[in-house]
Amino acid sequence: MTKIDTNRPETVLPTPSHTVGPFYGHALPFPGGGDIAPVGHPDTITLQGYVLDGAGDPLPDAFVELWGPDPDGNVPQVDGSMRRDPASGGFLGRNGVEFTGWGRVQTDTDGHWTARTLRPGARGRNAPYLSVCVFARGLLVHLYTRIYLPGDEAALAADPLLSRVEETRRGTLIAEDRGDGTLRFDIRLQGEGETVFLEYR
Amino acid sequence: MTLTQADIDQEIATRHAAYEKGIADGAPVEHQPRRDYAPYRSSVLRHPKQPPVAIDVSKDPELVELSSPAFGERDITEIDNDLTRQHHGEPIGERITVSGRLLDREGRPIRGQLVEIWQANSAGRYAHQREQHDAPLDPNFTGVGRTLTDDDGHYHFTTIQPGPYPWRQHLNAWRPAHIHFSLFGTAFTQRLVTQMYFPSDPLFPYDPIIQSVTDDAARQRLVATYDHGLSVPEFSLGYVWDIVLDGPHATWMEEGR
Repeated sequence: MTKIDTNRPETVLPTPSHTVGPFYGHALPFPGGGDIAPVGHPDTITLQGYVLDGAGDPLPDAFVELWGPDPDGNVPQVDGSMRRDPASGGFLGRNGVEFTGWGRVQTDTDGHWTARTLRPGARGRNAPYLSVCVFARGLLVHLYTRIYLPGDEAALAADPLLSRVEETRRGTLIAEDRGDGTLRFDIRLQGEGETVFLEYR
Repeated sequence: MTLTQADIDQEIATRHAAYEKGIADGAPVEHQPRRDYAPYRSSVLRHPKQPPVAIDVSKDPELVELSSPAFGERDITEIDNDLTRQHHGEPIGERITVSGRLLDREGRPIRGQLVEIWQANSAGRYAHQREQHDAPLDPNFTGVGRTLTDDDGHYHFTTIQPGPYPWRQHLNAWRPAHIHFSLFGTAFTQRLVTQMYFPSDPLFPYDPIIQSVTDDAARQRLVATYDHGLSVPEFSLGYVWDIVLDGPHATWMEEGR
């Protein structure tokens, strides 16, 4: 039964998740999906990484969504991530000025993704981080993780989540400074070096 | 050795029986599929083996995951929710209307959030380059739509009844007809991607993807209901499908939204 009577709370039960399947590529990704930072913004960070399976093979059919606050730690409430063109029915791209905080990037055929966004500010007792949601063919329920930024060891050590994660796995949540202006964050779905995934309750 | 439908049926039955036994023994109902569901072979190397680390959202109102990205009128065009009007000609197939409400676990409407759909055409073919099924493409149908929920949480699409299609996981593997849905809530923790099915599809028992939801009642929540009142005279058949987002969210953030 899929007409839900909201006067009967016991019937309000969650809709199950399903995989995105292999054929979302003409539907979900959009031009400029990873260009989250306003053009020329001085606090821009560039992220890149691979999504890998349990055999260490890259996934050519995954996508990630990134969601984070602005450099002052404020959560944006700005729309316009996927502006549409009413004339052509196509995409206009972001306007290059406003910061929506959200982006979606698919892996390329090498399993590699990149995104440019603003360096997130800290919120509360948390070290600065970006929230990540991973989707792929074969993944029946999406996975959440976080990208913490390297550098501020004191903030990382005090972070409520990181301080609960075992030492050997903590590094999977912290991007690596490549020294070339980019931060690398690989997502390993299974096996050696498996990324720490999160569940919210 | 070729993997047959009988092999997959056996695996599905084994998983289902184990789940039913667990319930009989007092295990909790599982509303969601397990990520580790071998009858769907693509899941084998793509699920984590370590348990997730749990975060209690009630302990920290500053979590960025308690908010969600905003979408607005700029992010959709007027005909994005009518998949039959996106080309010069009429798509082939049976026109349908798909409508419902987007709700949270308390049954409250989720307003102004983005709903994205995608699907195969009436012959069971996606407008995707990698799709190798040799059913015909329809030059008048892309199978992609978007809309924003209204103040009551309603969404509304006009589209074409998608066809079932073969997918080669095993010999004679067929997916029941479905429409993919992507949904956002008021919190990023409520994110959902799923598939909507049509009533009484004979392919349900054979499909390891729908069967990955091992709870019988939960699986039924993926199936739309035919609604004659939603059918449009001389135009389309109506299906209603209400969606409930799982995942915690913070009630104090919803004021004014």
